[in-house]
Amino acid sequence: MTTTTQTHTTPSLITSIWHWLRDNLLTPWYNALITIIVTPIVAFVLYRILAWIFFAAEWDVVKQNLRLFMVGPYPQEELWRSWVTLGIVVLLSGLSWGAWRGREWTAPISVVVLGILGALFLPITAASKINLLIMAAIFVGGQFLGAWKGEHLRKYVVWLWVLSFFIVLIILWDVRPSSTPPFFEANIPSGQVGGLTLTILLAVIGIVASFPIGVLLALGRRSSLPVVKTFSILYIEIIRGVPLVTVLWTASLLLPLFLPSDIRVDKFIRAVTGITLFSAAYLAENVRGGLQAIPKGQYEAAQALGLNYRQMMQYIILPQALRIVIPALVGQFIALFKDTTLVLIVGLLELLAIARSVISQPEFIGLQREVFVFIALIYWVFSYSMSYTSRRIEERLNVSRR
Amino acid sequence: MANTPLPVEHARPPFWRDERVLAVIAQIIFLIVVIVTAVYLFNNAREGLAQAGLTPGYDFLRLRAGFDIGDSIISYTSDDTYGRAFLVGIVNTVRVAIIGIILATILGTIMGILRLSPNLLLRGIATVYVETIRNTPLLVQLFFWYTAVMLKFPRVRQAIALPGPTYLSNRGLAIPWIEPLDGFRIWFGFFIAAFVIAYIVYRVQWTREDRTGQTSYPLTSALIAWIIVVIAGWFFAPGQPFTITRPELAGLNFEGGTVLAPEFAALLIGLVVYTGAFIAEIVRAGIQAVDKGQREAATALGLSTVQSLRFIILPQAMRIIIPPMTSQYLNLTKNSSLAFFIGFPDLFAVSTTIQNQTGKALEVISIVMACYLTTSLLTSLFMNWYNQKVRLVER
Repeated sequence: MTTTTQTHTTPSLITSIWHWLRDNLLTPWYNALITIIVTPIVAFVLYRILAWIFFAAEWDVVKQNLRLFMVGPYPQEELWRSWVTLGIVVLLSGLSWGAWRGREWTAPISVVVLGILGALFLPITAASKINLLIMAAIFVGGQFLGAWKGEHLRKYVVWLWVLSFFIVLIILWDVRPSSTPPFFEANIPSGQVGGLTLTILLAVIGIVASFPIGVLLALGRRSSLPVVKTFSILYIEIIRGVPLVTVLWTASLLLPLFLPSDIRVDKFIRAVTGITLFSAAYLAENVRGGLQAIPKGQYEAAQALGLNYRQMMQYIILPQALRIVIPALVGQFIALFKDTTLVLIVGLLELLAIARSVISQPEFIGLQREVFVFIALIYWVFSYSMSYTSRRIEERLNVSRR
Repeated sequence: MANTPLPVEHARPPFWRDERVLAVIAQIIFLIVVIVTAVYLFNNAREGLAQAGLTPGYDFLRLRAGFDIGDSIISYTSDDTYGRAFLVGIVNTVRVAIIGIILATILGTIMGILRLSPNLLLRGIATVYVETIRNTPLLVQLFFWYTAVMLKFPRVRQAIALPGPTYLSNRGLAIPWIEPLDGFRIWFGFFIAAFVIAYIVYRVQWTREDRTGQTSYPLTSALIAWIIVVIAGWFFAPGQPFTITRPELAGLNFEGGTVLAPEFAALLIGLVVYTGAFIAEIVRAGIQAVDKGQREAATALGLSTVQSLRFIILPQAMRIIIPPMTSQYLNLTKNSSLAFFIGFPDLFAVSTTIQNQTGKALEVISIVMACYLTTSLLTSLFMNWYNQKVRLVER
């Protein structure tokens, strides 16, 4: 709006403010009327909300349980393992940022500022504050390294991300074949990872595990083989026709029933199975959208070159199709991130379950608002930043394509 | 050499390289793998069930349920059967879904239009609403509405009185409600018939306008027809069909009107607010997607604002809006299963109770899935029909 005024001969600040007000709030006459009526209501609501946040709300409940919210009942003396995993993720983020965006300054500056602010104001131990600053330093170092090596590094960074997935599971959880000796002295059962960490883990594992299944289902649905096609359609439509809670509930009831009685399936596996089976159906539909968007000429050209089905899909079709559906996949990841709350039904201690257990402690009774607003804020920050980034990337891609 | 045709038997590849044969073999193998896996799983299940002393079957539906359901609009006691309990759950799910869909559509449409308002404040309110709600989990919102809003209202004696009269207390929302009298059934028949007749009038007038080009006000005529039939019903019914009763504080409870349980109210508010945010985005996108030139062309043809909205903008916007809107309706229906977490007895919540009591996991799951799948199937049938109907016929 202000850009239109800048084309005139240097308007004074007051006139440009007036123009802005006029364009956005005052013309035509009924807009002025609406503004007059709505302003006091908005002001009143804002006043009430701010007054509650700063004076009425008792944030002590959040301060005292911050560790629970972040990692759940993870043992105190093993906490360094969660810091190491965070360090790996932060390092890789820094590397990727550097490799793709170069020596760009907004991200590292905001990370450092956030780190310092966190260290200054968060109600955490001195050791955690130092760790937080180290994390910020790792990000900056990673970005420097990424920008230095630039394009060479991109391919490796992708593989490092894949590798890090397994390293994180090993460090955090000691995931390994039962025959090998444990890497760490303290064994951590799956029930002891909780809070935000578990929420993120569930969402990431869910999307990673459902990806291959989803792609296969999408190919199956577009296949010319009637049996495969029918199976894929049935699977996708049945899963998409029922709510996630019922899928999770089914998984938690039927997995122990369907598997031989000597195999014990723990809660985490049940939840991940349910989430994966559910998410695969939606992912398949997204990928199918990408497959349909590829012009027929691409298929025909691949066949004319003598490529067989697998080669055609692997080298020609899927690389293009998957690139198209990246925004949709991000959207699905956000949905999955929010949907992890439903594993409450299996009895896992993710963020929402932690919140509920905090409220049920006798000393924090009646503080539902504070706790739910706090965890809603966490979910919001993650979801919003992901969707914002995805939108920005999409815009950039669109611009370069034109 | 160049003229010699290839020998016929060489034109056909050997069967292990013949794509048609390979396709059949691949499918047979796939089918076998699927069937073997399924048989293996079901065998495990059968053995497990046999060990637990359970026999599969749906006979339990006729047994006495023995548990109470807090909120039901059809009669139910703990002496009724499991089948009846399922029915109560289904009715509750349908009740929440229908009311929720209507309210979410209203809220979403208003917010979607506000997001395009030239007024910064209105635009801001709608944007904050959409971005806040869409980026937080529905379950967190439900818990918030239930434990942090509904249960925090004062006790019945100190209930907050709103105009209506409506009372807010931690027992729920007491609102005025119609109480059917003797003539209600007959009048209700007229009430339903009014919609059918109004629709027929609308079609007739609309066809006439379409054919003759004469303005014949299909919508207005339909509305008038509806009102006439409803009023006629009032006269035909013996006595007054219903009265409106108001809730009044009596002791520790309300008398008259009806009380929406806090669980129901929280679920409804949560679903409406959540789905409304998604619908708002759909409505906004639909309106924005209609080309500006269309409106200009309509004006150039001499159509009034209302006419251009009715004949040019809306039909095109609706074509874009309806498919995602239907999937949001479906989402709302599926999301109503979260009622389980706040203790509202919907289909899923009732089913978990039944499963706990009978141990009939497979049977209960199959019933629940069948119910949800039927809804989804009906919706997608409707969608296909609608898409066929509004499809752009390009020349």
